[in-house]
Amino acid sequence: MSKNTVSNRFRTVDVDEYDENKFVDEEDGGENQLPDIVHVASLTPLCTGNLMEALQAVLKNPPINTKNQNVKDCAEGLVLKVLSAFKSSDVDKGVQSLDKNGVDLLMKYIYKGFETPSDNSSAVLLQWHEKALSAGGLGCIVRVLTARKTV
Amino acid sequence: MAYHSFLLEPISCHSWNKDRTQIALCPNNHDVHIYKKDGTKWTKIHELKEHNGQVTGIDWAPESNRIVTCGTDRNAYVWSLKGEVWKPTLVILRINRAARCVSWSPKENKFAVGSGSRLISICYFEQENDWWVCKHIKKPIRSTVLSLDWHPNNVLLAAGSCDFKCRVFSAYIKEVEEKPGPTVWGSKMPFGEGAGGGWVHGVCFSHSGNRLAWTSHDSTVQSDLSVSLSSETLPLLCVSFITENSLVAAGHDCYPVLFVYDGTKGSVTFGGKLDVPKQTSQRGISARERFQNLDRRATSSETTEQGLESLHKNSISQISVLEGGKSKCSTFCTTGMDGGMVTWDVKSLESDLKDLKIV
Repeated sequence: MSKNTVSNRFRTVDVDEYDENKFVDEEDGGENQLPDIVHVASLTPLCTGNLMEALQAVLKNPPINTKNQNVKDCAEGLVLKVLSAFKSSDVDKGVQSLDKNGVDLLMKYIYKGFETPSDNSSAVLLQWHEKALSAGGLGCIVRVLTARKTV
Repeated sequence: MAYHSFLLEPISCHSWNKDRTQIALCPNNHDVHIYKKDGTKWTKIHELKEHNGQVTGIDWAPESNRIVTCGTDRNAYVWSLKGEVWKPTLVILRINRAARCVSWSPKENKFAVGSGSRLISICYFEQENDWWVCKHIKKPIRSTVLSLDWHPNNVLLAAGSCDFKCRVFSAYIKEVEEKPGPTVWGSKMPFGEGAGGGWVHGVCFSHSGNRLAWTSHDSTVQSDLSVSLSSETLPLLCVSFITENSLVAAGHDCYPVLFVYDGTKGSVTFGGKLDVPKQTSQRGISARERFQNLDRRATSSETTEQGLESLHKNSISQISVLEGGKSKCSTFCTTGMDGGMVTWDVKSLESDLKDLKIV
């Protein structure tokens, strides 16, 4: 009979924490990405009607490393705003102005946007999706699915 | 480009003998079948039954004529031809998960097995005990080892694994060999590592061993040069150098693709698709068909891609060089999940596809 029969504290020990084979994911500390800078940088071209610049600005510095959900939501909202501001005929030109990494990033935002559909967002996003697909190919979508750091 | 359909089941893995007249393959079950080439026909001459689980890797040593197989039953067997029969010898790998890939070293005095137990077993034959002994490489592998390739100096081993990294290890066994000279991978026991965004499916050293390339599940091809190439295809499962500057890779898109490795520019670039089917005559599309397409597919485009136009009808899982070695390959072979095998001739590919340049 063991000596200590009263205390149940051992039941709260998480044995898995001490398992030496446990897989620990690599954590990258993310700085708190201030969305304000991006906000300003993309709104000014948006107001003046320079949509190409707005697109470039909003796709710069994506909040990939940060864990702050607010920052990510903010960024996504901005991107959606810019994407909706484009005319249907300009979508193609917008996609052409991006480089390979830009197209990958755009695709990430498109799928992120699909997750929370609002009134007209899906239709706009589908248009962008078609153009981005012809620019980036299926590999682009695979990279969205396998990316470990989401936008 | 000859397509031969061996089975209806996927071919899990294959390996050729030295003079390329026989192929050993696993028809997605516990056995290994050896087929012999008779002109254009293939006849099954041997069935190697010993594994209790699916055979995941086969390698046929060209000089010593031994076959090593590994499977999900956590074992490996070394088969030697005694007369007309292949006799197995069990190799205890000391792993507690399935073995995934196996490869003889260039000098054939040892072989490496990658497994799901997050380690690589390097096995060599100990003469005194008449037994295969294995050593483990554990650190710092964090997940299943999917692919292996030996460096020509018989000591370095590149391993791609599911922890998104491709690493170069030293598999030096002092009992069977002397210390190796310095290489580009470091002069002492080297240890290089490259990170990616997806599981590393295929890894390959070039013929000289100075270049390393790997394919990963996020549809990229990476090399020891820093920049990775994001491919537009679906993920590539296997890769092989065919000259010092060109690689051929194939995967879920069912056709092989050429990449050019440019040491001076420090980049890997897309060279071209290697399976362009003959263009069928473009007949006009009737108005009725246009409306039908609009109804079915929301586009009234003319291309009716009813099925895959490539030779392989399912993902290609393995690629092996047949003639010419990795420096001047003239034929290579691919096998896939459709149970078929295609032998590709480099010269005819170059002539068929006009802008293709294999440097």
